[in-house]
Amino acid sequence: MAAKKLNLKDKYKLLTRDLDWEFSYEDRKEAFPYEEFEGIKITDWSKWEDPFRLTMDAYWKYQAEKEKKLYAIFDAFQQNNGHLNVSDPRYVNAVKLFLTGVSPLEYQAYQGFAHVGRQFGGVGARVACQMQSIDELRHVQTQVHAMSPYNKFFDGFHDWTHMHDRVWYLSVPKSFFDDARTGGPFEFLVAISFSFEYVLTNLLFVPFMSGAAHNGDLNTVTFGFSAQSDEARHMTLGLEVIKFLLEQHEDNVPIVQKWIDKWFWRGCRLLSLVGMMMDYMLPNKVMSWKEAWEVYFEEAGGALFKDLARYGIRMPKYADVVEKEKEHVSHQAWWTFYAYGHAAGFHTWIPTDKELDWLSEKYPETFDKYYRPRWELAKKLEAEGKRFYSQALPQLCTTCQVPMMFTDMENPGELSYRSTEYKGEKYHFCSDGCCDIFKDEPEKYVQSWLPVHQIFQGNCGGPDVPDILKDFYHFNLGADNLDMKGSPDEERWKQWKSA
Amino acid sequence: MTIEIKTSTLEPVRQTFANLERRFGNKQATRYQEATYDVQATNNFHYRPLWQPDKELNDATRTDIVMEDWYALKDPRQFYYGTYVQQRAKMQELAESNYSFFEKRGLSSHLSDEVKASLVRHLIPLRHVEHTANLNNVYGSAYGYGTAITQALLYDGMDRLGIAQYLSRIGLILDGNSGDALSQAKEFWMNDPVWQGQRALCEKTLVIKDWFETFIVQDLVMDTLMHDLYYRQYDEWLNANGAQDVGMLTEFMRDWNRDVSRWADSVFKTVASESDHNKALMKGWVETWRGQTAEAMAPLAQELCGGSASLDDALAALDKRLKKIGLA
Amino acid sequence: MSKVYLILQDNDVSRFIVEAVEDDNPEITVIYQPAMIRMEAEGQMVVNRETVEEKLGRDWDVQELHLNLVSLGGNVDEDDDKLELSWAV
Repeated sequence: MAAKKLNLKDKYKLLTRDLDWEFSYEDRKEAFPYEEFEGIKITDWSKWEDPFRLTMDAYWKYQAEKEKKLYAIFDAFQQNNGHLNVSDPRYVNAVKLFLTGVSPLEYQAYQGFAHVGRQFGGVGARVACQMQSIDELRHVQTQVHAMSPYNKFFDGFHDWTHMHDRVWYLSVPKSFFDDARTGGPFEFLVAISFSFEYVLTNLLFVPFMSGAAHNGDLNTVTFGFSAQSDEARHMTLGLEVIKFLLEQHEDNVPIVQKWIDKWFWRGCRLLSLVGMMMDYMLPNKVMSWKEAWEVYFEEAGGALFKDLARYGIRMPKYADVVEKEKEHVSHQAWWTFYAYGHAAGFHTWIPTDKELDWLSEKYPETFDKYYRPRWELAKKLEAEGKRFYSQALPQLCTTCQVPMMFTDMENPGELSYRSTEYKGEKYHFCSDGCCDIFKDEPEKYVQSWLPVHQIFQGNCGGPDVPDILKDFYHFNLGADNLDMKGSPDEERWKQWKSA
Repeated sequence: MTIEIKTSTLEPVRQTFANLERRFGNKQATRYQEATYDVQATNNFHYRPLWQPDKELNDATRTDIVMEDWYALKDPRQFYYGTYVQQRAKMQELAESNYSFFEKRGLSSHLSDEVKASLVRHLIPLRHVEHTANLNNVYGSAYGYGTAITQALLYDGMDRLGIAQYLSRIGLILDGNSGDALSQAKEFWMNDPVWQGQRALCEKTLVIKDWFETFIVQDLVMDTLMHDLYYRQYDEWLNANGAQDVGMLTEFMRDWNRDVSRWADSVFKTVASESDHNKALMKGWVETWRGQTAEAMAPLAQELCGGSASLDDALAALDKRLKKIGLA
Repeated sequence: MSKVYLILQDNDVSRFIVEAVEDDNPEITVIYQPAMIRMEAEGQMVVNRETVEEKLGRDWDVQELHLNLVSLGGNVDEDDDKLELSWAV
């Protein structure tokens, strides 16, 4: 008998989709207990469209091929002292921020997708999530392996997991993912698969990685693009999730819209770190943060929201504010880190004159008006031997945990500040976006582990800031922190290059 | 003093990450170590899970097992993602060539009707059992503690999905890609008395709360019994009944079992030898589930291998394994 | 109509895929950036297995695209013969 030829869709359906069954002996709700509490209505899981139809055998085969290529590069990098090929030792600081701030998020993504990959009642969705889970594990592990050779030659990488759980600015990315994982399974998917993967990660993994290539960092661009090849699957999953939820029941629309609003805003706040990495930490420039934002959010995200309009989904709330902020956030973030450079686990510096000119050219509306004068002043102080560091601990936004540094887009010279009261306590925010998020779920955000509060409460050792940095954060003082100028990183680089 | 030797300027400042240095000293770490130890967050979580407010996000108390250091559960195979997928890719390459050889040569036409009927009735429904194993292992990965054990559980979970898909492919080979064998097998799984004990057991394992208990039931009790019944006894019966070629289609499962037992046994052994508390818990779980599982499989064992399968032999294999890991 | 896009790593295989996509989608724009190649088109773009096979001179599975893929934008429809990206509006 000649076997019928099966196409990819039918084959996948037969091999995978029919594995589950209707329970007869136990209550299915007890096996999948978290599907209902968020108010999302799923009437028929079988309507789930599998974004890609990878069976495990194909998965092993293609992923092994990717890994083989990737590790061949890592081996070559290590054997040939690849760290000497970066454009400028300042660049390596972007990689430090990546390992301490981003890689642990990949781990959280692995955990979160394992959770939903166990919890969803539909086998198609579960399998897609499980595959994303194992991919995310791949990402954290390849990142650690990619950055391991840097750790051997540069400071600031050495205790990345310990730092992620404690350091003040790392609570921005950590709280972002803690927030998503502590939400219900559908919120998690909208937060990570859709808002984060589909709308925002492209900004980190495409233009920033292209920038890594442009700065001679073979390991980072290789893991970045290799990871991104998985992300393309994840993004497609994100889009399928949204379409599925919206098609399942009209009552899902307002819930999903609320999550889109929340996670878009939270994502934008998180991305201010990436903006600064692009504009300030890549010595060889590929494109400005603003340009990247225009291509990867305004154009790509705009197309997406136009497509979703048929379901009654609109652009995320405060997208208009963000459109203005693209001219500002990278400058505000780098300035903040420059001012708190003694308390950062990587080096900061004043942009070179050529870089300042590049910023003026890329940000004609804002840079000369608001930001260049600060740098000119910092240059003057530095020349006088008075490189300044802010000594007061900053106030953090209760929601995004970024220090109060964003300005009001109606009046960009003024700090943006909001507050609200809950059960007799006052809470502080950087924006309407963050304040709205708090007001919607105050019981959640009153729990925020705010690093500055924790320091004041004596939960981080001390009593002085240097004690906290050294003993609680595990910084090697004088090596990990402070200005690039005069750092051991810079000294070693000079020695290597003169040898 | 000036140091002249040029190569000395390229000496590393440190050999490895600080967490690994604290554990193993200042020396080069392996890729497995870098990818595994202390990667999971342990402190200062921001919010309680809405879906489980009595626990932290990462919380060691989702099982009653207590470990001083969950990273004691290292994987003797040293599997991190890269080594895992490359190892499985080799296995799948072999499986792929076996499956295509089997299909191309039309080897299913050599099977007797009795064997074909048995494959559909007894082997193909195992895909649903493997799907349960997928969920049970992913459960441990999601709620377990420490990267050492949770990553290995995820690899195991994905393996089970792969095995479920291989079993499904055997069905498609038998029915010429119509899917009829799969529907028939599912009908047996859903309604035939021979499978109902097993199905009830699978459903029951899916509502266990303690992830380590799930791990014991699934990967120790159920897997050992199933493996002995199917990949030893049934395989022998197929060989004796002119169906030795089917062994090509289940070679992956046999190789896989060897690989995964090495890891699971090492974990069971380490946890049991950690404390009397752990050992007592594990023994209690084995006791609870050994009998139930045997009972659930009994009707199947009675029919399997033309009625000659021995559940006692399978139980003996389990007892031997329990002894090896210090739980007898 | 919104733009769909497909970004590939800049390597030897991708160059042939890009040629194939250019043949089948004469309207696309191809942008070369460090380490990557970005292809954009209004509304729709398709990667056909047959055309890629012609260019590469060997069998090519559509799922192999993932080995060189960096990112994409648009609704995805993948089957044995093609990967298609599209926006309805």
